[in-house]
Amino acid sequence: MPDTLLYAIEVSLNGLMAGIMYALVALGFVLIFKASGIFNYAQGVLALFAALTLVGLQKGQIPFAHIINATLGTDLHYFGWTLPALVAIALTALVMVGLAWAIERIVLQHLVNQAPIILFMATIGLAYFLEGLGDVMWGADIKKLDVGLPQGINETIDELTFNAFGYGFFIDNLDIIAAFVAGALVLTLTLFSQYTKYGRALRAVADDHQAALSVGISLRFIWVLVWSIAGFVALVAGIMWGSKSGVQFSLSLIALKALPVLMLGGFTSIPGAIVGGLIIGMGEKLFEFFAGPLIGGATENWFAYVLALIFLVFRPQGLFGEKIIERV
Amino acid sequence: MKKTFTLLAAAAIAASAGFATPAAADLVVPNLSYRTGPFAAGGIPYADGFMDYFTLLNERDGGIGGEKVSVPECETAYNTEKGVECYEATKGQGALVYNPLSTGITYQLIPKVAADGIPLYTPGYGRTSAANGKVFEWVFNYPANYWDGASVAVKHLLEQNGGSLEGKKIALLYHNSAYGKEPSRTLQELSKKHGFTLSELPIDSPGQEQKSQWLQVRRDKPDYVLFWGWGVMNSVAIQEAANIRFPMENFIGIWWSGSENDVTPAGDGANGYKSLAMHGTGMDYPVYADLKKYVIDAGKAAGAGDQVGTVLYSRGMYAAMVIAEAIRKAQEIHGTAAVNAKQVRDGFEQLEITEARMVELGLPNFGQPFAASCADHGGPGAAMIQQWDATAKKWNLITGFIAPDDEVLNPLVAEDSAAYAKENNITERCN
Repeated sequence: MPDTLLYAIEVSLNGLMAGIMYALVALGFVLIFKASGIFNYAQGVLALFAALTLVGLQKGQIPFAHIINATLGTDLHYFGWTLPALVAIALTALVMVGLAWAIERIVLQHLVNQAPIILFMATIGLAYFLEGLGDVMWGADIKKLDVGLPQGINETIDELTFNAFGYGFFIDNLDIIAAFVAGALVLTLTLFSQYTKYGRALRAVADDHQAALSVGISLRFIWVLVWSIAGFVALVAGIMWGSKSGVQFSLSLIALKALPVLMLGGFTSIPGAIVGGLIIGMGEKLFEFFAGPLIGGATENWFAYVLALIFLVFRPQGLFGEKIIERV
Repeated sequence: MKKTFTLLAAAAIAASAGFATPAAADLVVPNLSYRTGPFAAGGIPYADGFMDYFTLLNERDGGIGGEKVSVPECETAYNTEKGVECYEATKGQGALVYNPLSTGITYQLIPKVAADGIPLYTPGYGRTSAANGKVFEWVFNYPANYWDGASVAVKHLLEQNGGSLEGKKIALLYHNSAYGKEPSRTLQELSKKHGFTLSELPIDSPGQEQKSQWLQVRRDKPDYVLFWGWGVMNSVAIQEAANIRFPMENFIGIWWSGSENDVTPAGDGANGYKSLAMHGTGMDYPVYADLKKYVIDAGKAAGAGDQVGTVLYSRGMYAAMVIAEAIRKAQEIHGTAAVNAKQVRDGFEQLEITEARMVELGLPNFGQPFAASCADHGGPGAAMIQQWDATAKKWNLITGFIAPDDEVLNPLVAEDSAAYAKENNITERCN
């Protein structure tokens, strides 16, 4: 097999893996948009906040230590204990449920029946607030996230492909784990949405708030539920991306990578987020591989959007989005 | 009611400006810092070191030459527009010098400081050719700049390869911005001189996803990778290098890619990673005893005190030290303690930092001695190489100061500054 083809296959596989990482972030957007019609600008920041909380709990860091020390003249930083990864993840998930409840209580319940743009603006405010809160609670330094996920080249794939083609493919172990996690998440979310009482209620609210209210579905409960699930998805995305790059502010910017995925996959489709992620991931990596050297490289950020726009021309609702029919 | 409203409005304006107003007689050195945003992890320790050094001078010595130093802080978030806003908002307070810690902001401020008559000090960053004082009257970038850094890295590789890089492959991985592009021209010239092949791989900011670039490194198998990154780009690159099993001792970052923040997330994978260093680091300097006594233990530290002695804290402190010495020199030249910006520029231009002076300042062997002049605003440009020990979690200096290749750099500086002079109708001085 020619070298260029081998390299292109390797790049494609890595693109698919990167796409799954993007899709993990996009899933959170889809869940909230599907259930409430809100484009949650704060989804990336939720991932950062979740990852910061996870590292803080795991290491036994005292939240708001800087403020406590500055106010009381103390020198406190850590509780002196550390938590196993699974316990810290469970506790962080609880924190995210608490945060969802607080968001509903403080922000969303006052905005019922407001135009979507108002709700969108509220999530922008929420994003900036959570950014600051995360910094004040846990500090702005880069933190190492270690929940025991393996990283680095997968030896088996390297060896197998080397024996077959004379060139070992690089696939990161972390990306493989992310693929399994994303698969499990999508399966769970689909089952939840299709076969559980709350899942049906969630879909009813998504279809029509007023009608759902009229049959006794609590809109407030559904919003807390969906923000809790989105918070959990953000935690998963935060763990994956945080393991890769450390936990720091830039984690919130992964939302920018999810936007073209949403445009392409549709804002209302869970499988769309995955397929959109795969297409964007592979498309941007292949374009960088073939065209990057000719036009100076660093094409990935903008090419993802170009690709999404091309799809939009033919499918304005995205590949898997619900067809928009306006009756006059 | 009207009065209350006016007071509230005034308070709101003062609060929104984001800095404290200094007393009229203070020496004002604005700190254009970034404690928020994607680059906060690097901006915070640097800003803390910068602020703490001036606090030390105020608390221990009563300021500089008897004048207290005021350091109004303004948040730029490493955003060029915000940086320019900060400059405009603070210059009216009698600002004596600016150190914006951003090459993007520096490029915007260069014409502004020349028009306003305020020196701009950009140690280890900014526009490299500003080292030519004949053209850049108001800008100073000693002790070293990016082109020096590129040349020192290549000289280190030459030493490791018995004086020849003929046939070697070197990749430059860089932040796709004015900052990251700075070393490109120098490395192109050095590749011609030493016969190595140079490939250039840009990474878009912030740099959380670098798989394409590292797959290319894996395919091309360069002998060495030189790296110009900042923020999260650094830690991701080091992790990716470890993932593809690139030999870390052949991976060399510029001094902005060589802090504890950059190597810690990769854990043991970062062991052996090298970076350039233009100053010493760690707590083994007498100045820290005074800092602890007068600033940290006194509860006057700018931050939580947990960054003291780190690479970037040391760099912020070093920048503050050089500025303080330039102000001191200006006071000496002009015979007044309450110097203005123009006089401070004179201080920068006639500044000489000797090792004896560094010892007096409690920083023996911390930085290279240098003497500025009308033509030379760039200093000697030497740098050391440090290597990360992941087990001990510390940087070890593995070389002394290595001088750059001025034979290659001087014509480049002359060419670039001449082009700037032509574009901006600047007549060369110092002739």
